[in-house]
Amino acid sequence: MSETVTLTIDGAEIQAKPGQMILVAAEEAGIYIPRLCHYKGLKPHGSCRLCTVTVNGKPMASCTQPVAPGMVVETKTEALNQFRRQILEMLFAEGNHYCMFCEKSGNCELQAQGYRYGMTAPRYPFQYPMRDIDASHPDIFLDHNRCILCARCVRTSKDLDGKNVFQFVNRGKHKRVAVDSRARLAGTNANVTDQALGACPVGALMKKRVGYAVPVGQRLYDHKPIGSEIEAKASR
Amino acid sequence: MIATKESNRIVIEPVTRVEGHGKVTILLDEQRKVKQARLHIVEFRGFERFIQGRPYWEVPVLVQRLCGICPVSHHLAAVKAMDRIVGGENLTPAAEKIRRLMHYGQFFQSHALHFFHLCSPDLLFGFDADPMIRNVIGVAAKYPDLAVQGVMMRKYGQEIIKITAGKKIHGTGAIPGGMNKNVSITERDFLLKDLDQMITWARGALKIAKDYTVQNLEKLAPFGSFDSNHMSLVRPDGAMDLYHGNLRAIDSTGNKIFDQVDYQDYLQYIAEEVRSWSYMKFPFIKSLGPEKGWYRVGPLARINCCDFIDTPEAESARKEFMAVTHDKPNNITMAYHWTRMIELLHAIEKIALLLHDKDLQGTDLVVKGTRRREAVGLIEAPRGTLFHHYVVNEQDQVELANLIVSTTHNNEPMNRAVQKVAADHLSGKPEITEGLLNHIEVAIRAYDPCLSCATHALGKMPLRVRIVDHEGNVIDEKVKA
Repeated sequence: MSETVTLTIDGAEIQAKPGQMILVAAEEAGIYIPRLCHYKGLKPHGSCRLCTVTVNGKPMASCTQPVAPGMVVETKTEALNQFRRQILEMLFAEGNHYCMFCEKSGNCELQAQGYRYGMTAPRYPFQYPMRDIDASHPDIFLDHNRCILCARCVRTSKDLDGKNVFQFVNRGKHKRVAVDSRARLAGTNANVTDQALGACPVGALMKKRVGYAVPVGQRLYDHKPIGSEIEAKASR
Repeated sequence: MIATKESNRIVIEPVTRVEGHGKVTILLDEQRKVKQARLHIVEFRGFERFIQGRPYWEVPVLVQRLCGICPVSHHLAAVKAMDRIVGGENLTPAAEKIRRLMHYGQFFQSHALHFFHLCSPDLLFGFDADPMIRNVIGVAAKYPDLAVQGVMMRKYGQEIIKITAGKKIHGTGAIPGGMNKNVSITERDFLLKDLDQMITWARGALKIAKDYTVQNLEKLAPFGSFDSNHMSLVRPDGAMDLYHGNLRAIDSTGNKIFDQVDYQDYLQYIAEEVRSWSYMKFPFIKSLGPEKGWYRVGPLARINCCDFIDTPEAESARKEFMAVTHDKPNNITMAYHWTRMIELLHAIEKIALLLHDKDLQGTDLVVKGTRRREAVGLIEAPRGTLFHHYVVNEQDQVELANLIVSTTHNNEPMNRAVQKVAADHLSGKPEITEGLLNHIEVAIRAYDPCLSCATHALGKMPLRVRIVDHEGNVIDEKVKA
């Protein structure tokens, strides 16, 4: 078996490791493919579909698709960007995402993807779902209004924290993150130092009383779009 | 509102673009004399309800969305309450001074906006001048220097807000117990660059407002005027303080109704009355009751209430102003403009002092202490005293919120002003012209309510006036555009 796999991404010939997912191979070559459910250290999940690329003309989730010799991958076509914008718009319309007062603003991956893909306003009707906040834990709050069901907290808690604090319950539009307790977050063994807190891409799972400690202008995505750190590798 | 059988009814709707739901109705009797005139605020925002359940640290950023003109006031009033919730009300010198700088920047831009953009067309061209000229474009054409000054002064205030709050509108600078950033040397020097020019222009604006009022005093003194109580924050030594102090209320002749009241106890002194025809409540001083207890807030009330101003130029301007009424409270509605410009000068004097203060570069920015469950935050917003009252549960969620905004305090006074102008200028007139209707708005505009923004911008007020006879038939209809 050859040590490397050669494939083409966006017209450039790339060497990747066998078994590597397209998203990771592209990342190592300085090509950013957007993602929300994908999280470093966790197994690929393939649920948000934001990382969809075309492989030999066929759309595929790049986070779950391993590289193969001779693959021709496109990551930046207008059709793909339209598709990504649509996914983002659906996510925004489906929950209650009020960036204007959300403390995650500027550090939020969903918002940053919205900016990166030029989303102005969702073309889908806002659903305004009735969702609650679980503020029972002394140091953590869980705001279901902002949850995008990426499962990063569920998987991080299980695989990295070894705790199983979060799971999904219900199906379809009733699907939601629940906690490992019939009561609320306070009844679980969740701790403010859990890696699950940092895994949330949006403002759903947050450390309490931090708020707006980082001023506007110094936040993660205030000056550079999400993914630019990966793209910087290519320009070096 | 239903047209009464015995009267003609005139409706001015909307007076505003504050969610577009302010209107004036004027009831005429058979002789076309004004029987009743009311300013209705039929907007409903619901902020007090929908912040319930939100974490308390989110509130100062959330509630400022009430307004795009003076969001800093809501940001600071809310954060002053949250300072107490986290036991951090004794701010570090750096945090308090940076907040004050933000607040004075806000005053500077808001007062400049109102004077140059909203009210100057009335003062420069006359209340019943052609509406095609009586607007900010007309001012720009005839008085280009003034128009530029207005824009640049507003910009300067907005730059201060951006540096202290992170954004020109709806920033995040003030956090419970302090600030999330200081002012760097570079930022300070950027503001110092234009400071002298701003002081010169503020002096000029004050002179325009003063000269206009003095020269037209005979016409302006009775215009929409009436005796009233006045209320504002004052410092313990009686000085004007726009950021912090205790409550003082005086009657129309200057007798103190209460003084140095800790605003945490405001509910013992102030109550609110609900009337069926307006969503806006009518606050009053409890000891005097709803009939006699209403009061004015804002620049006029602040100048009337304070014993002195602690910056030299504004203080000498205050003395000049008070001399007009022989050191007794001034009850002239149109005098609001003059007092607003005294405050504009005061704000820039304060900004100058703060920019030269090294504490702005301090790094000790947040304090915390013993948690409280309930707190009130008060501030003098450009338009008047602003109350924010919150109860926060042990899980950090807001349980109750009560906001009394400046325009609400001035509800009864604005209604009185509308009634007075309607009675003096519209009564018995065979035809109600656009110019006459603008008289009503000039009186409302003097209070700089949040209503005033849209009514005057570009002079294109989508104003509908309907005259209905005593049987309910529309006999005349005018659309002002």
